Amino acid sequence: MVDRSVIAARIADYANTFGQPRAGKPSLSAHLKALEAESIHIMREVAAEFSNPVMLYSIGKDSAVMLHLALKAFYPSRPPFPLQHVDTTWKFRDMIMYRDALAEALGLEMRVEINEDGLKRGIGPFASGSNLHTQVMKTEALRAAMNRHGYDAAFGGARRDEEKSRAKERIFSFRDANHGWEPRNQRPELWQTYNTRIRQGESIRVFPLSNWTELDIWQYILEEDIPIVPLYLAAERPVVERDGQLLMVDDDRFVFANGETAQMRMVRFRTLGCYPLTGAIESTAATLEEVVMEMLTARTSERSGRLIDHDEAGSMEKKKREGYF
Amino acid sequence: MNARANIISRLTRTGDRGVLRFITCGSVDDGKSTLIGRLLYDSKLIFDDQLSTLEKDSRKHGTVGEEIDFALLLDGLEAERQQGITIDVAYRFFSTDKRKFVVADTPGHEQYTRNMATGASTADLAIILIDARKGVLVQTLRHSYIAHMMGIRHVVLAVNKMDLAGHSRARFHEIVANYLARVEALGFETITPIPMSARYGENVTQRSPAMDWHDGPTLLEHLEQIETEADARSGPFRFPVQWVNRPNLDFRGFAGTIVSGTVKPGDEVVVASSGQTAKVARIVTAEGDIVEAGAGEAVTLVLDAEIDIIRGDMLSAAGDRPNVASQFAAEVLWMHEDAMHPGRSYLLKAGGQVTPVSVTELKYGVDINTYDHIPAKELGMNAIGQCNLSTSRAIAFDPYHEIRDTGSFILIDRYTNQTVGAGMIRFALRRATNIHAQKMDVTKARRAELKAQKPAVLWFTGLSGAGKSTIANIVERRLAEAGHHTYSLDGDNVRHGLNRDLGFTEGDRVENIRRIGEVAKLFVDAGLIVTCSFISPFRAERQMVRELMEEGEFIEVFVDAPLEVCMARDPKGLYKKAQAGEIKNFTGFDSPYEAPEMPELHVETGQISAEEAADRVIAILRQSGRLG
Repeated sequence: MVDRSVIAARIADYANTFGQPRAGKPSLSAHLKALEAESIHIMREVAAEFSNPVMLYSIGKDSAVMLHLALKAFYPSRPPFPLQHVDTTWKFRDMIMYRDALAEALGLEMRVEINEDGLKRGIGPFASGSNLHTQVMKTEALRAAMNRHGYDAAFGGARRDEEKSRAKERIFSFRDANHGWEPRNQRPELWQTYNTRIRQGESIRVFPLSNWTELDIWQYILEEDIPIVPLYLAAERPVVERDGQLLMVDDDRFVFANGETAQMRMVRFRTLGCYPLTGAIESTAATLEEVVMEMLTARTSERSGRLIDHDEAGSMEKKKREGYF
Repeated sequence: MNARANIISRLTRTGDRGVLRFITCGSVDDGKSTLIGRLLYDSKLIFDDQLSTLEKDSRKHGTVGEEIDFALLLDGLEAERQQGITIDVAYRFFSTDKRKFVVADTPGHEQYTRNMATGASTADLAIILIDARKGVLVQTLRHSYIAHMMGIRHVVLAVNKMDLAGHSRARFHEIVANYLARVEALGFETITPIPMSARYGENVTQRSPAMDWHDGPTLLEHLEQIETEADARSGPFRFPVQWVNRPNLDFRGFAGTIVSGTVKPGDEVVVASSGQTAKVARIVTAEGDIVEAGAGEAVTLVLDAEIDIIRGDMLSAAGDRPNVASQFAAEVLWMHEDAMHPGRSYLLKAGGQVTPVSVTELKYGVDINTYDHIPAKELGMNAIGQCNLSTSRAIAFDPYHEIRDTGSFILIDRYTNQTVGAGMIRFALRRATNIHAQKMDVTKARRAELKAQKPAVLWFTGLSGAGKSTIANIVERRLAEAGHHTYSLDGDNVRHGLNRDLGFTEGDRVENIRRIGEVAKLFVDAGLIVTCSFISPFRAERQMVRELMEEGEFIEVFVDAPLEVCMARDPKGLYKKAQAGEIKNFTGFDSPYEAPEMPELHVETGQISAEEAADRVIAILRQSGRLG
């Protein structure tokens, strides 16, 4: 775990200097500028047309970029919506630390939803398996948050390049009153004209990063100097090798199988989620620059580190229909 | 150079050309998926774990034996994979040193027109695939028309499967000559023919030794080089206002994306709809104020004067303004199973402008296979027509083929909220500007005053035999007895005269109600209380009539009786005829009835008598103060 004060200082610096011209900063790459403008356009549409929007914030690199874009889109105003995090209680400790420091430094409202009932029932990735854990602590908690606050639009950081079923996702993705997604019920999306009309109880998930790739995200973080959770950078961390995946022992709730022990290895993460469900990769890339260099030669997709995608073929699509982001 | 600058320059290298969006048109048989798979594979965008999933899937669902089936990589949804079809638009990404590419991939079957138009709406270039063995097909012409209609100016004619045509130069030239002759009328700016074999990568990313006679670029070279956006910045300044940025009393900015032209502080801009002008004081971004911004940039403008501007307004160059009109001609593509009927009310959304709209005239349909004009009374799913449209409020626009983002609109169903149509505006209609309302000295209020009442429309809707005319008749009799001035419009009577040219198709029913609505409005203008008894089965038309009237004037009475009760009553013997098949499109029988969601009054004639129902109607009139 990284010292809290180091993260906090980095984030405070980011918050304090946002909106100030930075001397000597080279202008943004042309393709990132185009992607940025498209995302900003999308966010402004939502702010203008919905009465109770929210940004679903997952603490990862995509959320960091999405929030950065929102700060830009409404500048000099603050983003006119709160952030909502769904906390499964199994996130890496560094993630929670980063989340709280960021919300405080930027003065943004961070709403946190925890499925207390699931917690009482002892649902967790070790005790219940990844499927049940994700269903109860993530999907159900998200639905509870949507219902509790009555959001009519929710930004998510999903990208079309992540996974096959997402390549066809709309930027404005319609959800029925049960938050269900029906592939045959999606609206055609032409130009940059988005149909935002819904009835009471229905909602729209909005994906402003739809046309970004993983590499675009990293390059943007690099060029814009956006702070990210340190877990993305390689460091010596205690890990257990299990079924070809490297799992980090992030706290004492980790359940070891027979004969397993934690070893210190130089690893980093390409995506962040619940720590027992997120595989690390061996890497020596300890700086952003090195991470991007490594990306350029990467030979596996980022979701290969996500254990939930491998449960069965078409599993993402199934989860989406049930209201998983 | 520090590490950061170093890596950034490596990522962008020699001149970052930004993003090129293109669409691939053709069917799987033409090798479309193979082509996209090839581009992704050769630019190393397919990762090892995706490749191993692909090999696994190829054995399970594949159609090319033991080889890797690239189509499976591209077909996203589980249902599609099992049925071996794709049903939507998928977006793929790859990049080279020079450019980032966004590829819209659309399937080649039934919903093709709608999907391809969706993908083409944001594309700058179309790759039209041809199987070298088959040559130019009907679908080739169809794809070319849609690309043209959606404003794409650059075409790559990809003559694929050259390996199966003996890499024949003569065959290639024959196909190219044929294609150029057939699409000449569409007026593309560039057409670049490339002979290729996607399966083996020939002339896709690498030159083909077997086709050394080809002296043009490979596909990828062409995609990297082509200039498609040059004119966006040189066009007239257009800035649709998305959101008014007002953090405190000292700052009022207008947030939006410039869709055409450039802007500098000091430039004079005009609000298209009101004609008010001001000068640009600042161009605000999170990086600080900038001295110039151009097409494609998302910025916030601050003006030097306080003028009225809201979301949906368009700021434009004062010396080069857009059209502002409520009547215009457009090419409309219909995208929903429920057909478009002239006269029906939809919502039009163009940028941030949203207003009710109807098609006043469907001039002709377009056969996209032959480009012929065909007579049309309605537009079904995937049909294209030339239409005149009329909006409730004037909108600001440019012709689509000049500026796509200010010349396009979508049509939304007012009840289901589905996106049902897309339109490309051609020109404003002259008559819109030459018809002005004639002002009369005796006003509607004066006429009503003389009659000591407030005019209203009592709109009775319900199934045939529900009791509409019976109740309306009692209501009018009682009003007359009390000295009020009334008139009755009734379904059968109107069809003997005013509407005797109309039948009972959905389109004619829409027109029937539209005319009745206009007549009712004239009577309301005369100060009368009008009872209207019409089945009026569609919500959209009842809503249309409601909107013709002023607030509170339209009183919808849902005369509700179960179908079985109506059939048992059958006062005109119509249900018997419908059952016998002698009448078609009979409401409740083989034509739908859309019940009102929030009528002013709901009477169930199975429960209460016609006299009691009439009491309630009159009570409503009295409560709302319409009886003086």
